[in-house]
Amino acid sequence: MKISYYPGCTLKSKAANLEAAAVAALAALGIDVEEIDRWNCCGAVFSLTADDLIHQVGPVRNLIRAKEKGAAQLLTLCSMCYNTLARANRIMRDDAVKRDTINRFMDDEIDYAGEVEVVHMLTFLEREVGWQKIREKIRVPLEGLRVAPYYGCTLQRPAEVGIEPFGSFNLMTGLLSALGATVTPFDAADKCCGSYQVLNGEAGARSTAAVIVDRAAAAGAEALATSCPLCEYNLGKQQGRLLEAGQIATAVPTFYFTQLLAVALGVAPESCLFELNDAASLDLLKTKNCLVAA
Amino acid sequence: MCDADNTTTKKTIRVATGDRAILPEGAKTIPIYIMGKKYDVPETLTIMKAMEFAGFKFLRGAGCRGGICGACPTVYRMAGDYKLHYGLACQTVVEANMYLAQIPFFPANRAEYNIEEIGGGAEAIHALYPELFRCVACNLCTKACPMDVDVLGYISALKQGNIKKAAELSFDCIQCGLCASRCMGEIPQYHIAQLARRVYGRYIQPRAEHLRKRVEEIESGKYDAMLADLSAMSKEELEKCYVEREREPDMTSPGAWQPKETRYL
Amino acid sequence: MTLTITAQTISIRSIEQLQELSGENVKLCMQCATCTGMCPMTAEMDHSPRKVMHLAQFGMLDRLSDSNTWWKCASCHACTVKCPRGIDIAKVMEALRQRVLRTNKNYIEPSALPAERIAELPQIAMVAAFRKLTS
Repeated sequence: MKISYYPGCTLKSKAANLEAAAVAALAALGIDVEEIDRWNCCGAVFSLTADDLIHQVGPVRNLIRAKEKGAAQLLTLCSMCYNTLARANRIMRDDAVKRDTINRFMDDEIDYAGEVEVVHMLTFLEREVGWQKIREKIRVPLEGLRVAPYYGCTLQRPAEVGIEPFGSFNLMTGLLSALGATVTPFDAADKCCGSYQVLNGEAGARSTAAVIVDRAAAAGAEALATSCPLCEYNLGKQQGRLLEAGQIATAVPTFYFTQLLAVALGVAPESCLFELNDAASLDLLKTKNCLVAA
Repeated sequence: MCDADNTTTKKTIRVATGDRAILPEGAKTIPIYIMGKKYDVPETLTIMKAMEFAGFKFLRGAGCRGGICGACPTVYRMAGDYKLHYGLACQTVVEANMYLAQIPFFPANRAEYNIEEIGGGAEAIHALYPELFRCVACNLCTKACPMDVDVLGYISALKQGNIKKAAELSFDCIQCGLCASRCMGEIPQYHIAQLARRVYGRYIQPRAEHLRKRVEEIESGKYDAMLADLSAMSKEELEKCYVEREREPDMTSPGAWQPKETRYL
Repeated sequence: MTLTITAQTISIRSIEQLQELSGENVKLCMQCATCTGMCPMTAEMDHSPRKVMHLAQFGMLDRLSDSNTWWKCASCHACTVKCPRGIDIAKVMEALRQRVLRTNKNYIEPSALPAERIAELPQIAMVAAFRKLTS
């Protein structure tokens, strides 16, 4: 099976681990990932003013690339890219006036009316593969790994593009359970990590990240699974600084859910680029004996 | 043109006086609007030639006149149409009812850096030009480029950290500044691209191995004896050497030909 | 807090402008403060989201001209999904930012960010921050 794929800028460099693990895991599941040509940055955040048009051009251009390839679905991994592309897609589908103006402005491209469906990998896995089939393909069950599924904000909000309803965490829970891990739900699973506020006096981003890590630890989690490079930065890379400043008491290593999926499927750890995670992440997997291919 | 002998006909000598120019015989003129003012110019001229025909003298805004130096970027519009077009004055031929103006220089931001110190990572480029992240992919830059460079393509590549791709895509850039003049993110695309090409050349592009080896050979003295021999020859001896030299035939496959004189190999 | 409402203290026009820019009707707000309860960034804000909505619906935004509330907003939409009146408060916050940004002002300065930070952060952080906090 083939699927058209939109990476987003960060997945080609700083978050190459999110992508590498996903591509390897999907290959192990018999799915070929085809990156669309000539894609550009989607803009990362959706512009919220009523009159906004120009900020939709970037995401729509990518959707047009997918349409040109004849793709019915466009797979995304990064939560922020998913959110931005999905919301821009809805405008092109539902708002006739904006659709017309944007199509006219983009006179160097074919017209677009929301024909492609933007899909996040969690939705894709459940729908096209199913947890049962994944369970059957597991070679290294993540037994004894207590992992908290962390959604962040852009996977579920606003409701019109949420991968599942606000307050429900079945997709990531279902996946992590299928991998054999012990899912540790916690009450900050959809609390924003601080997002771009890390660039506006990082105190705010650090305090909200500290709350999330603390709540995960308090619920008994020893790992956090995330889907977004900015969440990974705020919760993962910043953990060293949070510990040093005494803002958190316990470290909770962070992983992309794709890395956990790949490891459980028996994909070679080198394919998951753990060197881009905090060192603690790889160490945790080693102590849990999760890196030995069955 | 003056006739040297105008005794037979009463031919009027036509010379240029003041702001009137001499038209080639039979030339058709068309109206163009330079900075809003109408001029009638011969229809076969480029914008640059037409402006000079009209009496403008270029102190800035002209250079190689060959489409490669980037000094003469011009924006123009056709009467009755809102659409803007972009081109080089030295390459674009005038059309009737063209409304034009030049942008000989655009004050786009240029970062200061020492290429030897910044290293070959994309982070260096990101840190020197953080405005790169203001790109909204509107594509006005690509539309404005007179060299058909995929400007959005290389800006996207740099955001992703792909310096090689940006260097290759921006190869034809002549630094005219039209892209920056249209950018809503205030990004100095052509300066960033130049940095990318410099980083690529200095840190990423593979070195020519055969060149390095040859330099090593020279420095090790391999060619010293040959040069000494040649320097010691008389003019006649040199001429003889030259005329009798062996030369690898064109289109020979590598390694297929060996000279008879192997002393110097 | 007592708000004195006179023709001099309120600006009807500012309410209209805010509603036009956000597409939301701020007058629907019933001051229940659920938004403030959901918001992860209130510790950093001078004024709570509820207070901002209050002043907005009375056309008294000039009292908040130095406020950092909408600048500390992370656009997480937690306020939006729980508002019992169905107001998209994230859009109101965006409109409050754009009111200032569209006058050609930047709230953060890209060129003033430390190079080591930029080198460390994922690109989406810069793209998002510049999108929300620069003009």
